[in-house]
Amino acid sequence: MASLEEEFTLSSVVLNAGSEGLLGVEQTSKTDQFLVTDNGRTVILYKVSDQKPLGSWSVKQGQIITCPAVCNFQTGEYIVVHDNKVLRIWNNEDVNLDKVFKATLSAEVCRILSVQGTEPLVLFKEGAVRGLEALLAEPQQKIETVISDEEVIKWTKFFIVFRHPVLIFITEKHGNYFAYVQMFNSRVLSKYTFLFGQDENSIIESFTASVDRKFISLMSLSSDGCIYETLIPIRPTDPEKNQSLVRSLLFKAVVSGDARHGVALTVLDQDHVAVLGSPLAASKECLSVWNIKFQTLQNSKELPQGTSGQLWYYGENLFMLHGRSLTVIPYKCEVSSLAGALGKLKHSQDPGTHVVPHFVNWETPQECGLGAQNSEQSRRILRRRKIEVSLQPEVPPSKQLLSTVMKDSEKHIEVELRKFLAIKQTPDFHTVIGDTVTGLLERCKAEPSFYPQNCLMQLTQTHVLAYSLCPDLMEIALQKKDVQLLQLCLQHFPDIPELVTCACLKVFLSIADDSLQETDVNMESVFDCSNSVRDEKMEEQTEILQNGFNPEEDKCNKCDQELNEKPQAKTKETTLCPVIAKRAALLNAILHSAYSETFLLPHLKDIPAQHITLFLKYLYFLYLKCSENATLTLPGIHPPTLNQIMDWICLLLDANFTVVVMMPEAKRLLINLYKLVKSQISVYSELNKIEVSFRELQKLNQEKNNRGLYSIEVLELF
Amino acid sequence: MGEFKVHRVRFFNYVPSAIRCVAYNNQSNRLAVSRTDGTVEIYNLSANYFQEKFFPGHESRATEALCWAEGQRLFSAGLNGEIIEYDLQALNIKYAMDAFGGPIWSMAASPSGSQLLVGCEDGSVKLFQITPDKIQFERNFDRQKSRILSLSWRPSGTHIAAGSIDYISVFDVKSGSTVHKMIVDRQYMGVSKRKCIVWGVAFLSDGTVISVDSAGKVQFWDSATGTLVKSHLIANADVQSIAVANQEDSFVVGTAEGTVFHFQLVPVTSNSGEKQWVRTKPFQHHTHDVRTVAHSPTSLISGGTDTHLVIRPLMEKVEVKNYDAALRKITFPHRRLISCSRKRQLLLFQFAHHLELWRLGSTVATGKNGDTLPLSKNADHLLYLKTKGPENIICSCISPCGSWIAYSTASRFFLYRLNYEHDNLSLKRVSKMPAFLRSALQILFSEDSTKLFVASNQGALHIFQLSGGSFKHLHAFQPQSGTVEAMCLLAVSADGNWLAASGTSAGVHVYNVKQLKLHCTVPAYNFPVTAMAVAPNTNNLVIAYSDQQVFEYSIPDKHYTDWSRTVQKHGFHHLWLQRDTPITHISFHPKRPMHILLHDAYMFCIIDKSLPLPNDKTLFYNPFPPTNESDVVQRRTAHAFKISKIYKPLLFMDLLDERTLVAVERPLDDIIAQLPPPIKKKKFGT
Repeated sequence: MASLEEEFTLSSVVLNAGSEGLLGVEQTSKTDQFLVTDNGRTVILYKVSDQKPLGSWSVKQGQIITCPAVCNFQTGEYIVVHDNKVLRIWNNEDVNLDKVFKATLSAEVCRILSVQGTEPLVLFKEGAVRGLEALLAEPQQKIETVISDEEVIKWTKFFIVFRHPVLIFITEKHGNYFAYVQMFNSRVLSKYTFLFGQDENSIIESFTASVDRKFISLMSLSSDGCIYETLIPIRPTDPEKNQSLVRSLLFKAVVSGDARHGVALTVLDQDHVAVLGSPLAASKECLSVWNIKFQTLQNSKELPQGTSGQLWYYGENLFMLHGRSLTVIPYKCEVSSLAGALGKLKHSQDPGTHVVPHFVNWETPQECGLGAQNSEQSRRILRRRKIEVSLQPEVPPSKQLLSTVMKDSEKHIEVELRKFLAIKQTPDFHTVIGDTVTGLLERCKAEPSFYPQNCLMQLTQTHVLAYSLCPDLMEIALQKKDVQLLQLCLQHFPDIPELVTCACLKVFLSIADDSLQETDVNMESVFDCSNSVRDEKMEEQTEILQNGFNPEEDKCNKCDQELNEKPQAKTKETTLCPVIAKRAALLNAILHSAYSETFLLPHLKDIPAQHITLFLKYLYFLYLKCSENATLTLPGIHPPTLNQIMDWICLLLDANFTVVVMMPEAKRLLINLYKLVKSQISVYSELNKIEVSFRELQKLNQEKNNRGLYSIEVLELF
Repeated sequence: MGEFKVHRVRFFNYVPSAIRCVAYNNQSNRLAVSRTDGTVEIYNLSANYFQEKFFPGHESRATEALCWAEGQRLFSAGLNGEIIEYDLQALNIKYAMDAFGGPIWSMAASPSGSQLLVGCEDGSVKLFQITPDKIQFERNFDRQKSRILSLSWRPSGTHIAAGSIDYISVFDVKSGSTVHKMIVDRQYMGVSKRKCIVWGVAFLSDGTVISVDSAGKVQFWDSATGTLVKSHLIANADVQSIAVANQEDSFVVGTAEGTVFHFQLVPVTSNSGEKQWVRTKPFQHHTHDVRTVAHSPTSLISGGTDTHLVIRPLMEKVEVKNYDAALRKITFPHRRLISCSRKRQLLLFQFAHHLELWRLGSTVATGKNGDTLPLSKNADHLLYLKTKGPENIICSCISPCGSWIAYSTASRFFLYRLNYEHDNLSLKRVSKMPAFLRSALQILFSEDSTKLFVASNQGALHIFQLSGGSFKHLHAFQPQSGTVEAMCLLAVSADGNWLAASGTSAGVHVYNVKQLKLHCTVPAYNFPVTAMAVAPNTNNLVIAYSDQQVFEYSIPDKHYTDWSRTVQKHGFHHLWLQRDTPITHISFHPKRPMHILLHDAYMFCIIDKSLPLPNDKTLFYNPFPPTNESDVVQRRTAHAFKISKIYKPLLFMDLLDERTLVAVERPLDDIIAQLPPPIKKKKFGT
């Protein structure tokens, strides 16, 4: 869509614009800088992005600039003509225009034309054209007359077509228009005459041109407010003959015919033109952007202070004189498509292009790390490394692995992966693992039947992955309810978000016992339950004591009585694990995972109440097991710690307290937990009492160590 | 090996001054450190970070800036408005020149080293030309509104950046005019502070200016447009210092919270050429303000109010595990501040502006290893001798008999005679010092206290005769023609015949005191001498160098002893070579000629030359006392190095008599207790 952005004024300085407006705005060799020539004595160089002038040059009082200043793109110098015949060339460092290079020419200059990539041309009022170099070599050379007497050059444009400069200029004589096209490769000048239709008596107000492949498309805005297009062939069929041009109507009445002010037209791109003028006779002046293809108005902007009827377009900026100051309106046109209009996103990623790897290998030395001060030793190491690398086979297994991931069968991938893992010492090990996982996961998402569980498990066990590297891995595992992989991820990933931890917990609690029995879960965190059953007798004793405190002694509590009625049942309940061993192993993985309370709490609320009670029962069971021995630990290789258990009990209760309180089956559990806390409090209050006396002991000990400022000691050296 | 009664002294109330500036010299790999009392120290980073030179401080000369220029010339400037150049050969101040701009806050040498720029209190930036023997004022830059606290040259030498209060100015050096004025945001965590002080600036060659300020920000500016490019808020307190690596790929800043942050220029993605500055590592080696930082090619150096000089190696730049790979924390000077009179059991403590004389206590009890014995008499503070004038004391000494005390400042030499009448002590100054004796770098009394040896800063060694309160100049050994290098260490033999003197690089010369001529020169060694002593009877000179080597040189025979050759062939134990403080004192046991007693800040060692040397497989230190008799015998004969690490930090250890040692410790906790309180930081909670 074509869009006009917010306008801005280049300078608050009022330019000497006069009634005819500015002489011109021209590009310079720097994209952001433009030469503005006013209708008097001054040339100003503006930097558009800074909205400020960089330099300003004036000719002497009494002289007048007659042709807009341009930049010679080859040298970066600026050229201006004053008093029709005097040529000045200067650059940024010059201050005074009187002291710069000067050449007085023999004929009057109409325009100097300069485009990127070729030397500037000087167009004389009589229609002759000279290259600047040739002209400067002999400034007083004779200039021939090309156009007839009363012809006046109205408009010129300089193009590069197929790397050859082409100059077009349009003259007018008594209401007739002629176009001259000068080719510089063949030095051919072609003259065309405009033919108007029957009704035409109109004056052409503004021209603009663009180059197609074979034609120069010349658009003109007539005084009747219509835009006409004329096609001029670049390669003339018969240069000698005077040819005529027919113009066709492109647009009707874009501006009001009887414009009081000037109107202007400029081509923006192949589909868009900008028109300056009042759309209706009475209305204010407007800058409008039209789409030629669809004949639609794309955008318009009101210019209430009036313009001089001049419009320049360079880069992405439209320049005009708004009121008395030079205004810039940035213009942007994105390619519009139907799909874009409907709001559909395009697939920017081509299937063929290689995706930039998002895994950085930190172990390979980066150039910044190895400075010049590194000793020769390091160079030697590097050399050795290089040799090692060169010894490897032509196609590294990593490449092969990546290619198999994309297309081969699960089994094949597994074989390749095993091969790759066996080598392991490759310097890009991390990156290959990362790329493999992303590759596998992308394929999983694309093909619902494809799920290489073994490969994913092996990759997880390499210890190089983390959640943030492949968030999809756990997502897919959750979808597939692959508890085995989830357990591995929980064990190996340090950075699992609480949301995902909670999702895992939900799966672990909800999955059916039968399906659990089939899976192969790592059981090392679970101690052997049969073992504890055998020692039940001993347990009964310790269970009553509960961390050195006997709740049964607390007679004042009425709830106790209910419990005391059936102590037998109670012991049974607490000593039997409420979940099967495999589920216990999975839950232990959750207990071990890292979390932050604030982020976990909201997610815990989503777990169904019966699952919460189950988990609480399990935690309470673990707590009882913990308190059985003096060290307050659970047996087993990697059991959950007491702190983890207690934290999770607190979290669960915090998150779901209102729900749990209302559940009749959770009542017993809550009472047990309450008693547990109560017993702990009394234990700690007892310990606090002891602490005071211990602190005194420690103080005594410290005094012994602190020797003061002076002492005599005995030292024996062995 | 023997049992000793050790007088464990902790009443030496020494507090080092805070570090104000550090300046690293890439050419010579030396580090200049200035302290708030005006002391300037030179560390040789190639010689195991040995403090090889120092310039004593001065009360009115608070250094605010320190820099190397013209290769190896060292300049400092301070709040008295003077620019000072130091003579690194003669170890004195070459000249001091007033910049006439009020107190000087900052100084920077041009990248070519030929010009010096100072920023003054009155807002002026003054350019000085460095001439071969002086500096010459050239011109002023545009005067700013407030004091110039920091300066940095663009490496191309065309522009400079000057940090002031609330803004940074960029000057064009050619014209001296301000090109840009970059206003620093006063906002501090959303609260507007009264002022934002730009503590440090650094100009990079691509035109980026990095500034650090009192609002805790590190900011990157584009000096071409005068715009802020990026801002990092790194501290809740001031960021006080910045130093950039020569290669401009990393820099370091120090904050008032004691944290040092390392910033590195790293590529944005693994294989793109685009790089950006990233805060990579924080280091917390200080408890107080980090006033100054430096960046050597392989390490980050920082110092501040907590008086430690911390050298933190960059592990990625270190190739082999050796000295350079270890973190260094240098707190104590590598020279002796304590001398002792064996006969009267006196200790003389040297402070910046006064001396303290203490008499050790005594005990009659005995005990076994590790016992603390009951005191029958406590230690006495006998004397507090305050210097006249603003200059710091360079060196001091008490004679072995305890009746003479000598000390010197940068411009005067003082000698006192002490008289003991029962418990009364009277002090009498020896007047009429010879005019040539203005300043001494080292003072030593002969064993019988009849001769005084003084190393003057003109390079000469003077010998004085002391007898019954009178004082006579005997001789002066003039330095060899052409050299002006000052002698820093002296050692005299027990019989008083031989005098050994060592400079910072000229090697060790041995003089014959009887014949008054140069006897010999010990073969040159490329590390500086840290301590030396002449053994009684044998007249073997034992020299410890900063690379932890110990040599024994026979003065009469003019060659290294056989034992020394054996040691060199065999090599020292690797743990011995890995110690990180130099040996500062060597002494001998009068009855056991095979023993050498030496110590550094963290251990005390007796080398028994008769025992076999340890090899790298031997257990070198044994922290636990032996448990049974056979173990004792076995350990006693195990190897030649008997080491005790009980006393630390150990500033002085000497033998008082055959069975008595004195150890002066200065626990770090006691120093910290005397420092101003650090900025409170929350450890827990939000």
